[in-house]
Amino acid sequence: MAEEIKTGCARPTGGPVGEKVPMQSPEKNNQEKEVRQMIQVGRKAPDFTAPAYQKGKFVNVKLSDYLGKWVLLCFYPGDFTFV
Amino acid sequence: MSIDSMFVHKMWNDNELSKMVDGGVPFAMLSDAGGKVGKVFGVYDEDAGVETRGRFIIDPDGIIQGYEVLTPPVGRNVNESFRQVQAFQLVRESKGTQATPSGWKPGKMTLKPGPELVGNVWKEWKTKMAFD
Repeated sequence: MAEEIKTGCARPTGGPVGEKVPMQSPEKNNQEKEVRQMIQVGRKAPDFTAPAYQKGKFVNVKLSDYLGKWVLLCFYPGDFTFV
Repeated sequence: MSIDSMFVHKMWNDNELSKMVDGGVPFAMLSDAGGKVGKVFGVYDEDAGVETRGRFIIDPDGIIQGYEVLTPPVGRNVNESFRQVQAFQLVRESKGTQATPSGWKPGKMTLKPGPELVGNVWKEWKTKMAFD
């Protein structure tokens, strides 16, 4: 039966039923490290385009459209969570 | 920005956040399904499948001036983010001739880095100024 879970922000994990979840390949980890090094204070932010909801409309937001302005970019675990 | 879709953002804004903030959230609520952007910014938690509480200050040239990343259960200090933006704005407007020492907030003294200040910060800045 489904067990009641602690209220949190985690999402489902897993693999094929009855099979062991394969370990992450080392190459993937290396790749991730390289990507993370892109973020450094005093360096340019990586550009992105993302769909968004803003004041009743669905819009596409591109970070570089905000050049000339100060931007606070905030990430958070999920909608309808608590903090 | 979170991994939620823009549709969920709409429902959260319309049904809950608009009850906390008059008129709802004024800025864009960005969707990052799959955490692609979060991965590039180093805030995507692969195991939990969500983005951690990352906050980046990006200046008008697109340069990251500061960031902070918290695990999910602890919320940000919005005033501290504003204070940092105000400090970076002051430094930028001074074209680097002024710096904001520890504990600086608008109205407090700044430092003018230069040869005369070397070894003399103690005359200008006292440790009690690090606190409110």
